[in-house]
Amino acid sequence: MNRRHWFSLAAAAMFAMVALPASAQEKFIVVASTTSTEQSGLFKHLLPLFEKDSGIKVRVVAVGTGQALDMARRGDADVVFVHDQAAEEKFLNEGFGVKRSPVMYNDFVVVGPKSDPAKVAGSHDILDALRKIETAKATFVSRGDKSGTHAAELRYWKAAGVDLAANKGAWYKDTGSGMGPTLNTASSMNGYALTDRGTWLSFKNRGDLTILVEGDKRLFNQYGVMLVNPAKHPHVKVDLGQKFIDWLVSSQGQAAIAGYKVGGEQLFFPNANG
Amino acid sequence: MNSFSESLVVAASLVSHFDPNLLEIVELSLRVSLTATLASSILGLPLGAAIAVGRFPGGQVLTVLLNSLMGLPPVVVGLVVYLLLSHAGPLGALGILFTPAAMVVAQTILITPIIAALSRQIVADAWGEYREQLVSLGARTFRAALTLIWDTRFSLVTVLLAGFGRAIAEVGAVMIVGGNIDGVTRVMTTTIALETSKGDLPLALALGLVLITIVVVLNAATQGIREWARRRYG
Amino acid sequence: MAEPSPVASLPIVCSGGEVRIGQTRILSSINLTIEPGTSTFVIGPNGSGKSTLLRLLHGLLAPSQGAVTWGGRVGPPVRQAMVFQRAVLLRRSAAANIRYALRLVGIVGAEARKRIDDALAEVGLKALAQRSARVLSGGEQQRLALARAWALRPEVLFLDEPTASLDPKATRAVEDIVRGIHARGTTIVMSTHNLPQAKRLAGSVVFLDEGRLVEHSPAHEFFASPRTPEAAAFLEGERL
Ligand SMILES: Nc1ncnc2c1ncn2[C@@H]1O[C@H](COP(=O)(O)OP(=O)(O)OP(=O)(O)O)[C@@H](O)[C@H]1O
Ligand SMILES: [Mg+2]
Repeated sequence: MNRRHWFSLAAAAMFAMVALPASAQEKFIVVASTTSTEQSGLFKHLLPLFEKDSGIKVRVVAVGTGQALDMARRGDADVVFVHDQAAEEKFLNEGFGVKRSPVMYNDFVVVGPKSDPAKVAGSHDILDALRKIETAKATFVSRGDKSGTHAAELRYWKAAGVDLAANKGAWYKDTGSGMGPTLNTASSMNGYALTDRGTWLSFKNRGDLTILVEGDKRLFNQYGVMLVNPAKHPHVKVDLGQKFIDWLVSSQGQAAIAGYKVGGEQLFFPNANG
Repeated sequence: MNSFSESLVVAASLVSHFDPNLLEIVELSLRVSLTATLASSILGLPLGAAIAVGRFPGGQVLTVLLNSLMGLPPVVVGLVVYLLLSHAGPLGALGILFTPAAMVVAQTILITPIIAALSRQIVADAWGEYREQLVSLGARTFRAALTLIWDTRFSLVTVLLAGFGRAIAEVGAVMIVGGNIDGVTRVMTTTIALETSKGDLPLALALGLVLITIVVVLNAATQGIREWARRRYG
Repeated sequence: MAEPSPVASLPIVCSGGEVRIGQTRILSSINLTIEPGTSTFVIGPNGSGKSTLLRLLHGLLAPSQGAVTWGGRVGPPVRQAMVFQRAVLLRRSAAANIRYALRLVGIVGAEARKRIDDALAEVGLKALAQRSARVLSGGEQQRLALARAWALRPEVLFLDEPTASLDPKATRAVEDIVRGIHARGTTIVMSTHNLPQAKRLAGSVVFLDEGRLVEHSPAHEFFASPRTPEAAAFLEGERL
């Protein structure tokens, strides 16, 4: 009798196991993308619209740009949707991508404490602002995770003529983590950080931080989308993936991107057609 | 801002509204971790019992190995499973990367050593008590192992709970092999990680409270059944 | 009533049997033959090696020196059973404990059910058939262990102090059961500290002291006039 209880328990658990691949039938693609895109809420806005048009589900795996491209290199994604032009072009040249289509841009901003020890508030010159932060040895929190944002940050330091390798002191905090955790750290240390506007706007734990530097053309951040090359990975869902890409750059897709707002502010600016 | 009281309010409203999103996430968490626990017990219980009962060369080494594997870092397990299941990896053809099945595999690898090591201890103790009687009755090693598993079942339930607890609380491995895909592989722990990184600490903490509550309820229920069974079966 | 068996367990011959655990010699050069149909009682002080001797004869222990054979063969046959000094019962019902033992020797179905009923009736536990064995009283557990052993219809039944924790009435009941089992042709090897009991049941007595077999005589002779001073002293202690 006690035996029967146990068998029914085991049977129930078995059922749970069998029931797992319940949705194996549906049409879907895997998109490797970045945490900033995911966390800004853009996908939550776009994907239902695309799914309604096409019947295709999009499974987004959000990681750093570097990791997203690596994932695609291993054949674990059908489409990559990232924002580091140099890395994307390298990916293309290696033959892993078919073609890169620009989709949209957003912009980076520098956030920092309201007390602003480096006196950069209101500046429209990112390079000048970074130089001031370095001179003041004010706390700066970096992603340090080879993401698109991290790559952009390193380019700005270089362009500003600050040799990080030589000047990296206690003021420069390398978190090796995503945008959100980096902002959490900056918020708790009252430090400066470079972030994309989207993540910043949907970020809740701001503490004393506010936007200090914005509006520099050089802070624009271009997003591109690529189909993973089926010549390298034959299982790539070429048709479905291409449909997603085509939709993103179509007038509907572009309008959908422009229509995404947080607190009344538009986060991404479609520019697929130049 | 008081994160704790805020979280309590958020948690209460999430639960009281049966937030469908939350329900889906909780259900997936339970499904994945219960399946992993089942798979691990199918592997780990006989393994633990075999090591306890069987006398074979290397048994001691195996015990030490199992005990050490209990401390496997989830991220390492996740990475290894990812590399195995990746399309470029040896098991890529299965096509289960970024699905709940991959998460089950990772959690199973993570908790099988726990279940095997703890059940080995329990079965070995029982074997000391039962050995002569079972040998006298003519039970061979394999049969003896099964008998001991059955006879220590109330203690072994605790072992399964320990495994389940580790599985459902784990984030590093499922994040990597599941990909935290919204509506597909997003479980409680990866949601907590995500909300934390979005800076929504009250929501993250509220989800944590829900997770803890589920685990507590499950433990309490099991404990109740166990007590009842102990009184009944001795 | 013991069924004809393809493998006869008897006689059990222990020649020069010695048991050592580590450096300690627990039994030294035991020469003993258990003939079919006999009832042999092993007595001796605490720690003299009674339980060890029973284990050796049952085949649970291998002799570190000498040899034990069963019906002329080296390996112990399955057609023997042992009731241990401390009953080990499985965490399941009384009936299921017997069913388990029967299944191990390939007896299932109607025959198993009949034997379970008979055995439980024999030890007076019929009413408790469905109760979990682990919640039975000590005496009930001992009787269940006996029923389980008896259900196997062994050629030889070993009993290690089966009445040590029983009240006088239950002791008598167990004695009656053992007597009945023996009357049906089963060979009995039993240890006890209860000398009147040995007097009532024993065919022959094996007296152990400090791991040596000091005396092996027919029971009436042993109790009337022990041949060795050790045995005499042991019986003397009983009288005081
Ligand atoms: N596994 C063991 N390791 C070490 N010593 C042992 C072991 N088993 C038995 N002995 C020792 O061997 C001796 C005989 O033990 P045994 O159990 O056979 O005695 P016994 O005559 O049955 O005693 P009792 O009347 O108390 O039941 C004791 O001194 C005991 O301590
Ligand atoms: Mg003894």
